[in-house]
Amino acid sequence: MPARSRELPWFAGAILVTLVLTAVFAPYLAPQSPTEGDITQKLIPPVWMERGEGRHPLGTDRFGRDVLSRVIYGSRISLVVSLLAIGLSGTFGTALGLISGYRGGFTDSLLMRFADIGLSLPTILIAVVLVAVSEPSFRNVILVISLLLWPRFARQIRGETLGIKEQDFVALAVVAGRSSTWIICRHIFPNVVPTLLVISTLQVGYVILLEGTLSFLGVGVPPPNPAWGLMIADGRGFLATAWWITLFPGLAMLLTVLAVNLMGDWLRDHLDPKLRQLGSRAEAEPAIEPVPEARPRGAAAGADGG
Amino acid sequence: MAAAPLLVVEDLKTHFFTRRGVTKAVDGVSFTLHAGETLALVGESGCGKSVTCLSLVRLVPEPAGRIVGGRILFEGEDLLTKSPGEMRRVRGKKIAMVLQDPMTSLNPALTIGTQVSEVVRLHQGLRGSALRERVLGALGRLRISAADTRLGQYPHQFSGGMRQRVSSAIGLSCEPRLLIADEPTTSLDVTIQAQYLDLLKEVQAAAGVAIILVTHDFGIVAAIADRVAVMYAGRIVETGTTLEVFSNPSHPYTRALLRCLPDVGLGRQQLVEIGGQPPDLARLPAGCPFAPRCPERQSICEEQSPPTVSVGSGHLAECWAAKAAGTRA
Amino acid sequence: MIEAVGLKKYFPVSTGFAIGPSASVKALDGVSMKVGAGETLGIVGESGSGKTTLAKIILLLERPTAGSLRFDGKEVTAFTRDDLARYRRSVQAVFQDPYSSLNPRMRVEHIVSEPLPRDGGLSRAEKSDRVREVLQLVGLRRDSAGLYPHEFSGGQRQRIAIARALVTYPKFIVLDEPVSALDVSIRAQILNLLKGLQEKLGLAYVIISHDLAAARYLATRLAVMYAGKLVETGECDAVYAEPLHPYTEALLSAALPLHPSARRQRIVLRGEVPNPVKPPAGCRFHPRCPKAMERCETEEPAAREIKPGRVTACHLY
Ligand SMILES: Nc1ncnc2c1ncn2[C@@H]1O[C@H](COP(=O)(O)OP(=O)(O)OP(=O)(O)O)[C@@H](O)[C@H]1O
Ligand SMILES: Nc1ncnc2c1ncn2[C@@H]1O[C@H](COP(=O)(O)OP(=O)(O)O)[C@@H](O)[C@H]1O
Ligand code: SF4
Ligand code: SF4
Ligand SMILES: [Mg+2]
Ligand SMILES: [Mg+2]
Repeated sequence: MPARSRELPWFAGAILVTLVLTAVFAPYLAPQSPTEGDITQKLIPPVWMERGEGRHPLGTDRFGRDVLSRVIYGSRISLVVSLLAIGLSGTFGTALGLISGYRGGFTDSLLMRFADIGLSLPTILIAVVLVAVSEPSFRNVILVISLLLWPRFARQIRGETLGIKEQDFVALAVVAGRSSTWIICRHIFPNVVPTLLVISTLQVGYVILLEGTLSFLGVGVPPPNPAWGLMIADGRGFLATAWWITLFPGLAMLLTVLAVNLMGDWLRDHLDPKLRQLGSRAEAEPAIEPVPEARPRGAAAGADGG
Repeated sequence: MAAAPLLVVEDLKTHFFTRRGVTKAVDGVSFTLHAGETLALVGESGCGKSVTCLSLVRLVPEPAGRIVGGRILFEGEDLLTKSPGEMRRVRGKKIAMVLQDPMTSLNPALTIGTQVSEVVRLHQGLRGSALRERVLGALGRLRISAADTRLGQYPHQFSGGMRQRVSSAIGLSCEPRLLIADEPTTSLDVTIQAQYLDLLKEVQAAAGVAIILVTHDFGIVAAIADRVAVMYAGRIVETGTTLEVFSNPSHPYTRALLRCLPDVGLGRQQLVEIGGQPPDLARLPAGCPFAPRCPERQSICEEQSPPTVSVGSGHLAECWAAKAAGTRA
Repeated sequence: MIEAVGLKKYFPVSTGFAIGPSASVKALDGVSMKVGAGETLGIVGESGSGKTTLAKIILLLERPTAGSLRFDGKEVTAFTRDDLARYRRSVQAVFQDPYSSLNPRMRVEHIVSEPLPRDGGLSRAEKSDRVREVLQLVGLRRDSAGLYPHEFSGGQRQRIAIARALVTYPKFIVLDEPVSALDVSIRAQILNLLKGLQEKLGLAYVIISHDLAAARYLATRLAVMYAGKLVETGECDAVYAEPLHPYTEALLSAALPLHPSARRQRIVLRGEVPNPVKPPAGCRFHPRCPKAMERCETEEPAAREIKPGRVTACHLY
């Protein structure tokens, strides 16, 4: 096990905690309103620059709205969109993945064909088409993202299910006379939870970027909501003169995505069910790593595997 | 004995430094091995057999594991003072290892031929047809039939028994003086196990290689070992010739182990269980580590470590109760 | 109680890219056996000989390709819902690997109570009592019920697995290599436990093992499998005393006795266990059989009763 994955990534953790706190306490933190600006105060640069003003630490945009306040409120949108989209697609994808993996056969082929189609959809095109036919709205953003996201869950969970299904306790549950529903809920699902957690975290970055992209394209969160992507789009006409409109939401997005991905990697290394099994076994009986298995595997086990 | 022993291990100690404390996996192991001899190392899992083997070739998993004491004299030289480079030359050339799972000790992505020739080339610097000949010879000796056509095959195309023979062929290809076999037959079927053990005996007789055989199967010990060392909690608690140890087991643990095994020969009525579990090597009790499970425990056992008692010629037992047996005899 | 007639199980194998008649692994190829109440049938044989497949068919985890399985005289394929529920209560199993047998995320209480029917008329408190009772029966503390599997050692886990198999008071338990994955010192405990439970509860066992000593310790009758077929069956002691089939003989001689003075000439078989996709023609054992005759290469020997109670499939008799 590489030593690097042992430590909790403090940097990433700190950023995420800050992000969540910011989102929750946005009304108290933001110095100004995120949506209403004073047109006379437009395009003020950050405070440390010439012409900067203390009232607008990170400057203002072309409508005179305070950039800092918008970035702060933007964290709310990113968080809410991520949570809802991941919750929705995660539930749907996991359910299908479990059924597909456990049932196998035709059900499996069919569901996985759908997942493949979902995965091969050209993200941006579909997003633009779907959102364009209806009004940009929160609900649509979340639906579109979920549509693009569920196959990722379904595929991974199915793979995991295939492995767990082969464990003896599943066969023994059948011998005990339990139904498939019971087995999926009581035996398989609890064992995919760690994986689920990891995929979910790793998808947060993707969702935030996707939401940003949609908003940037004007088919995402409707203005004047302070979505980071929307702000970047807003500022792109002023890159040369008022770069701060773009830079700060961009930085916020970058840091957030980086942090959740680091966190996801760490979680993956730590919650990997196989590693966990070893870990919990080690409590009773100290870990034996490169030393060949301590408990004798009978001839049977060897041949069954091969 | 006239000839100098091939291997002398003195008070070897290998500890693992973990968050839970210091696991004393090997804690004062001593034994001697002569050329051409077979020593069986037996005991429950976790008693330190594999770590002993890994220590002999200085492959203790770093950084948690460290050899913290003792000497390993191989052909008169202390392996513990050798540089890593020198050690690499000893391993594979003079000391070979065979592990329990032949599937994991062979690389699934390389052909058998490549894997055998790699080792031979590395240690003997052979090339071309000489190399090929040597490889075929090595495989042939381990009765891999039609070896030349099989050189191009991958491990998964071989059966378990054949894979074990291939990894033994790799180990023996450089004509080592010592073969360390860690549970070589545990993953094999009974009839294949019989084949493999016979072959091992044959190769040993031809090449005079000494074997350290780790196993938990007393049947195998009885069948092929010259001497036995019974390990418990990181120490050798009894050692002697196979016949001696089986006929006159002098340590209560050895006696218990022998009584708890079902024997094909006898349709036993009742097996005698060993109660309890092996001790946690990070929290060893004072005195004799077997005391909590020992039916012959005396009060001194829990206070002081038992002495090593000679109960017969070359037959040692580490037990307070064995003393009486020694004086009686 | 359980009777199998001519069971066959072929697993299709993919033959790579080739299109054509697909090959199959003949895991079981015509196996018949019977287990009466309170009896123990030992099934021995090398890995890949089809022991686990047979166990899975008995446990209704796999459907046989051909042949029939009867429980108390009734065909399992003709089972009604009630029959199936009754079968599930009467027939339980213990598998080899005590790690993979227990769901790491379930408490012992729930693992052990799993086979209890949900509408079996037991209240929650009664179920919990029953679980504690069987835990005690297998030598675990009653309060183990609240713990998770990883808090137990391998031997204790196997006890939990046995407790689960006992909780419905079954009549019949399939033991697939119940001690192979356990340490030597633990094997005795589990074997004694199984034997004691059988005497106390009048259970019938099928014990599958490649360890002849363990099989002998429990079994009253023995069946020897080779390449998907039963080559010999008979009373355990009689088979050990005088094996009829050359494979049984070799198998018994390969089992190592526990004392160096009992070292004896072993019959060392040539060759490998046959490829189950293409078993040898004639007698499947002939390429390795020290006593093979010409006729063995072409003609498949039928199982016949050679002596009272002794059935074997070999041309020698
Ligand atoms: N699901 C499967 N698909 C394909 N082949 C299978 C399957 N299950 C078993 N087999 C094959 O059937 C044969 C018999 O298998 P089985 O597991 O019953 O052997 P066994 O006697 O129990 O061996 P072991 O001692 O290794 O458990 C083997 O050749 C095996 O590879
Ligand atoms: N990498 C490791 N880290 C910590 N402890 C270890 C490690 N390897 C082995 N041990 C401990 O050393 C002891 C002996 O292990 P081992 O030699 O593998 O036993 P055996 O081969 O007799 O089954 C055990 O208590 C084991 O837990
Ligand atoms: S020293 Fe004492 S406790 Fe230890 S084995 Fe001997 S009699 Fe038993
Ligand atoms: S039928 Fe022939 S080959 Fe088969 S076991 Fe009997 S003697 Fe051997
Ligand atoms: Mg070991
Ligand atoms: Mg099996």
